[in-house]
Amino acid sequence: MKTVSVEHAVRIIPDGASLMIGGFMGVGTPERLIDELVRQQKRNLTVIANDTALPGRGIGKLINAKLVSRTIASHIGLNPETQKQMIEGAMAVDLVPQGTLIERIRAGGAGLGGVLTPTGVGTVVAEGKQSIDLDGRTYLVEPALKADFALIGAFLADYIGNLSYALTARNFNPVIATAGATTIVCAEHIVPVGLIAPDNVITPAALVDYLVANG
Amino acid sequence: MEAQEIIARRIARELKAGMLVNLGIGIPTLVAAYIPKDLPIFFQSENGLIGTGPIPEEGMADPFLTDAGGRPVTAVPGACTFDSAMSFALIRGGHVDVTVLGALQVDASGLLANWMIPGKMVPGMGGAMDLVTGAKRVIIAMQHTAKGKPKIMNKCSLPLTSARRIDLLVTEMAVIAFPEGRATLLESGPGISVEQVIATTEAKLAIPNKVPQMMI
Repeated sequence: MKTVSVEHAVRIIPDGASLMIGGFMGVGTPERLIDELVRQQKRNLTVIANDTALPGRGIGKLINAKLVSRTIASHIGLNPETQKQMIEGAMAVDLVPQGTLIERIRAGGAGLGGVLTPTGVGTVVAEGKQSIDLDGRTYLVEPALKADFALIGAFLADYIGNLSYALTARNFNPVIATAGATTIVCAEHIVPVGLIAPDNVITPAALVDYLVANG
Repeated sequence: MEAQEIIARRIARELKAGMLVNLGIGIPTLVAAYIPKDLPIFFQSENGLIGTGPIPEEGMADPFLTDAGGRPVTAVPGACTFDSAMSFALIRGGHVDVTVLGALQVDASGLLANWMIPGKMVPGMGGAMDLVTGAKRVIIAMQHTAKGKPKIMNKCSLPLTSARRIDLLVTEMAVIAFPEGRATLLESGPGISVEQVIATTEAKLAIPNKVPQMMI
């Protein structure tokens, strides 16, 4: 684990990278990393996240700046700019049921090939997908998802990178922390080792590659 | 009384002590306002909270305590928070007793369309497909018609949400259940006759001998 400036952290990310980004309607999104991605004008990004927040907030800032060429998300309904770019064909959007999306990411991070889920059977979500009958029930085969980078918004990070989260800002964060080839963390507070009790560590430091320093 | 209030009040009567309940956005959210204060019910928000409480008083909002729409909420005693994988294990795994969701259309067999209008409105399904597939009981809250046009159809013209049928449909004009995949009128709305329900419903309804008016 290395502690780096936000500028350095984003320099590591090349144009065209795939990014899993934590947050739910912007809550729990590492806002400083987003702002720096916009400042450095990283282009042609693939974003994998629950949603694209609102225009001007969280992932919405990347969409506004037209830095995203593909989005994989469960909901874009509260961001008209995402819908506009999708309809104009400027950005590809794959809509995935929320429970399927998080399980595909979990599978990716856990070394599994994918998951079997009943969600989506009998709907357009099933089109073109393999299905399997098991114990009298039909399941879709949903492949695992991984990304080049996982961008995490934590509440507490200790000096070696153990993380904990606050209330509903946890959401996708601990799951995507397992599924990015490189994991970059922004935390609300950076605290001495030992201050997060072992039982309260949600993301082990072993999963964290870069911690963005304050300032 | 406004249509939305009739629907929310009627659905509130379906919720019992000890239930874990997920409310969707729109009319479903209003249901929480009509639960008796001493009734121990926990509301789940799919962004990772059981024990969602009312909107905080002014100046008391926490940016990290929000509902699935990103709006500030409070948490009741006994509340807990968790990540999205746990949230959908609860939902898909059959641990949520009741989900109340909005709808665009419901068909005569109880199939639901509530997440997109091709070419017009493509917000994404969010958690709706998982909720309908996995919750123990699915209750739909919707206005009976849209600009005078029926929303309870022979067959949904819009993309379906799940292959799983809903359990109960509550509108301001009717309460409809789907025993054996057949739309059956259980109650008519306040001041609404059975004939008025039939006239505003495209789907053929099974009509029992006695159809009481909704108690709200």
